[in-house]
Amino acid sequence: MNTALSWIKAYVPELEAADQEYCDAMTLSGTKVENYERLDKNLEKIVVGQIDKIERHPDADKLIVCQVNIGSGTIQIVTGAPNVKEGDRVPVVLDGGKVAGGHDGGPLPEEGIRIKAGKLRGIESNGMMCSIEELGSDRNMYPEAPENGIYIFPDTVPVGADAVEILGMRDTVFEYEITSNRVDCYSVLGIAREAAATFRKPFVPPVVEVKENGEDVNDYISVEVKDPDLCSRYCARVCTNIKIAPSPEWMQRRLRASGIRPINNLVDITNYVMEEYGQPMHAFDLDTIAGKKIIVRRAKDGEEFQTLDEQMRKLDHDILMICDGEKEIGIAGIMGGENSKITDNVKTVLFEAATFNGPNIRKSAKRLGLRTDASGKFEKGLDPHNAQAAIDRACQLIWELGCGDVVGGMVDVCEPMKEKARIPFRPERINELLGTAISKEEMLSIFEMLEIEYDEEKGELIAPTYRQDLECVADIAEEVARFFGYDRIPTTLPTGEATAGRLSYKLRIEQKARDIVEYCGFSQGMNYSFESPKVFDRLLIPEDSPLRSAIVIANPLGEDFSIMRTISLNGMLTSLATNYNRRNKDVRLYELGNIYLPYQFPLTQLPDERMQLTLGMYGKGDFYMMKGVVEELFVAVGMKKKAVYNPAAGKPFLHPGRQALIEYEGGVAGYLGEVHPLVCENYDIGTRVYVAVIDMPFVVEKATFDRKYEGIAKYPAVSRDISMVVPKDVLAGQIEAMIEQRGGKILESCQLFDIYEGEQIGEGFKSVAYSITFRAKDRTLEESDVTAAMKKILNGLESLGIELRK
Amino acid sequence: MKEKLEQIKAEALKQIEAAGGTGAQALELLNEIRVSYLGKKGELTALLKGLKNVASEERPMVGQMVNEVRGEIEEVLAGATEKIKAAALEERMKAEAIDVTLPAKKGYMGHRHANTIALEEVERIFIGMGYEVVEGPEIETDYYNFEALNIPADHPAKDEQDTFFINGDFLLRTQTSGTQVHEMEKGKLPIRMIAPGRVFRSDEVDATHSPSFHQVEGLVIDRHITFADLKGTLAEFARELFGEETRVKFRPHHFNFTEPSAEMDVSCFKCGGKGCRFCKGSGWIEILGCGMVHPNVLTMSGINPEEYTGFAFGVGLERIALLKYEIDDMRLLYENDIRFLRQF
Repeated sequence: MNTALSWIKAYVPELEAADQEYCDAMTLSGTKVENYERLDKNLEKIVVGQIDKIERHPDADKLIVCQVNIGSGTIQIVTGAPNVKEGDRVPVVLDGGKVAGGHDGGPLPEEGIRIKAGKLRGIESNGMMCSIEELGSDRNMYPEAPENGIYIFPDTVPVGADAVEILGMRDTVFEYEITSNRVDCYSVLGIAREAAATFRKPFVPPVVEVKENGEDVNDYISVEVKDPDLCSRYCARVCTNIKIAPSPEWMQRRLRASGIRPINNLVDITNYVMEEYGQPMHAFDLDTIAGKKIIVRRAKDGEEFQTLDEQMRKLDHDILMICDGEKEIGIAGIMGGENSKITDNVKTVLFEAATFNGPNIRKSAKRLGLRTDASGKFEKGLDPHNAQAAIDRACQLIWELGCGDVVGGMVDVCEPMKEKARIPFRPERINELLGTAISKEEMLSIFEMLEIEYDEEKGELIAPTYRQDLECVADIAEEVARFFGYDRIPTTLPTGEATAGRLSYKLRIEQKARDIVEYCGFSQGMNYSFESPKVFDRLLIPEDSPLRSAIVIANPLGEDFSIMRTISLNGMLTSLATNYNRRNKDVRLYELGNIYLPYQFPLTQLPDERMQLTLGMYGKGDFYMMKGVVEELFVAVGMKKKAVYNPAAGKPFLHPGRQALIEYEGGVAGYLGEVHPLVCENYDIGTRVYVAVIDMPFVVEKATFDRKYEGIAKYPAVSRDISMVVPKDVLAGQIEAMIEQRGGKILESCQLFDIYEGEQIGEGFKSVAYSITFRAKDRTLEESDVTAAMKKILNGLESLGIELRK
Repeated sequence: MKEKLEQIKAEALKQIEAAGGTGAQALELLNEIRVSYLGKKGELTALLKGLKNVASEERPMVGQMVNEVRGEIEEVLAGATEKIKAAALEERMKAEAIDVTLPAKKGYMGHRHANTIALEEVERIFIGMGYEVVEGPEIETDYYNFEALNIPADHPAKDEQDTFFINGDFLLRTQTSGTQVHEMEKGKLPIRMIAPGRVFRSDEVDATHSPSFHQVEGLVIDRHITFADLKGTLAEFARELFGEETRVKFRPHHFNFTEPSAEMDVSCFKCGGKGCRFCKGSGWIEILGCGMVHPNVLTMSGINPEEYTGFAFGVGLERIALLKYEIDDMRLLYENDIRFLRQF
């Protein structure tokens, strides 16, 4: 909402504040000023001059030499402007003055343009006559300005006067950010009321008196509202003998400052009242209305309607229409129809000021793709009282500005209006909520400024109808706080029962996981939760995989963001690809983020959100390095049992010979492996990529921060090294499982120390060497203990087809 | 006898002195000297053995003399050994000097995401004030994301332009505020919690927008909680996060689930409040929204607003990260270029 400060001051005449002071005070009382700009920025030494004489430039065909009377004397100005003639009164910037922009109307330079006396083709020029663009505005705001040339004032403007003032530019335009609960502040009067309360000055709204012509409006028009749920009030008045002309300068200035282009008196009045009261109005040419009748009803599905911007609009049942006795003449609250629009030949005008259902207007405007100033106001939900106030104001202006005569009376079709809200006045409670000790009297003085009445007998406050946001004590407390000053409320810390601050257990485990993988060189990335359904193809996931049953967003930003991920790898691979394509070497990334697994379709309960720790890397390192990270993590979170790496992981996106399911205590903690070369190709990664995905809910379930001292071995250990010839398809995991199973209580550990395939070993075999350590907790082992254990182990290994190497 | 002893002593000392130098060779020589005089077959030992030929009344005196000489020689030997060892050590240290300015050998550590660093800062501050860190679901129902937060059914925030919908009542949460409701429904009072998490809004990706970002929600519910407590708590938070000299400003604002509501600005930590490009000349930077929990919200979650009051706040994590670490484009946070990630 943009408004000139001078317009606000018109209703708060005693308001005196510098621009910055006004900005700060309004912001602190709740009417946030986003920005403000002086209209006369970079306009210096500009006066009204009258061109007394024009001569041709002796040396330039396109230049003329003007003698310009600037009140205090006459100066000579050379110009190339084609449109001036003797006797014209024009804005003149004097030697040493400044203008805001160039004559081409391009972007305005920050510091403006300094004008100095000089010579043009040898002839002295002591100033410059200005176009509207040079004054920092444009023809949209000053439609009377010529398309290409000097701005020309009417002859009534005094010579030598301040041209900037006359153009209405000695003013500051403030841009406000109005919060959605303060519908009343989307109006000049609303902001002025807040300004008055902020500066504790009287608020003087316009006095509305309508001079009527003695006729009866009911002889001109009748109104029927068929859908009162979408239109709670419809006010109609009629003005006759309309004389279209420009509106007065003061009205044009105010509209311009609000960013509205002046058009003619009738249009300007409706726009002016919309800004002033926040109530959009519509003017119909009564002579185009069939049957002297207005009917407000829903449109029919599939109907088409031409709006006054000459566009055809497709309607539906939820769009409210204004109709006459025969046809539709406007889309309620959004835009009038081409068929009833005001022309310069209008004789009789029907004014409409209505209250439409806000959400319905908002949704209709969106469906139509047609958001107008009017719909922007209606969609916030207006006070029905305002409709009458605004239509009366418009009629007053019609008569006062000589635009026409006002027919007596108003047609008013109105649903019962809500009672004014009554809220118990509880000063102690307000102080309790705010932590203040504001006196009851001070509170009452604030309410008075805000036109909140006090029913002393009942101890109740009565909110004005335009304050639909005031419903309960907390709302009243905010009013008190705003005008007492948020900055004057003390700052304290909560007292009361102490509470222990902590991370949830899940978050503690996640924090630990971050620590560990970062120690291992992995940096944290973040990816979106939604992705493209094409991801499944890129990851070679089969058509019938349950992973493809992803939750679909009904209104995504695009297909690429349309499903909630069921697997975390796409984000990781995309990130690795980004790094690979940017030639970053040795990249290790991790992500902690959810996947979303639905229980059923369509959703009837929240899906399973599972936090996944996803690790990915290329460059230095291999499968076993990645496996090491996983094991470091498990140890750090107290998962001390031995994880089993099952090569039959069945992950289509991983190298079939280099993948493993990570099994722990019979459950699945995740998987790891080398990414399938075809998947790498799909992501444009030209190197080997290793990934690991850890299912964090599983880890959280198995993790513990409990630690128990297990003692340091007192008795010596005995080691035996064995070197074996092993069939190639027997896994190290099988050998270790066998050693552990057969080693008995005294087995302490077994450590692989060599693995070899090659010439000395027969085809289909590999050489594997383990160091096996035995120790007893309570005694020194006898040779016979170890021999017996080794024998069992070797027997077991033999059953796997393993022979000791000779 | 005495003369003989003096002679041996003088001889030994002379030999020891001559045995100067450094290194193992010198040490070996000293050892040989020690053996030749003090060893089992050494000269002094031989003298002692010859004591039995000395008159018995003189024996103690002679014995003492021999021992004295022995002691002297041992002492000088020890001193000489020490000196040689010290010289050797010094030489070794000199030889082993390295160029300490050569590059370090390190297995490079990974880095936390800027968002996480900012989040952990926020968590540290509030945990210190007795807050519990909890989480809520990212896919939510209309009730928790809107209705229970006093947001009416026809509120513009619920339009398709702002919220991602799934089906029926299910949607991607647009704010972490729903965790307030989950926490209150647990029925355990008082509450002091923060809830970080991912939220989603239908914004196209650009330098300042992302359809997915993070918020940290805060909620305190207890008896006698006031707006002054809200101000004090958040001022403390701002000082901890942005520095001791940070000033705060509370401006009235509107949120459906709080009343009174405010937005908090902090004095620009770049210019200290004088006004600069960073704070667009105003000297202030908008940081968070906050307010006293709306009585309707308390009531809907089963808490009596006459007995309990509370305050709530919501901080945009990316906003904090962008401001604090001077990151000029939000897209960097989700691109995961290692050169970016390694800067944190």
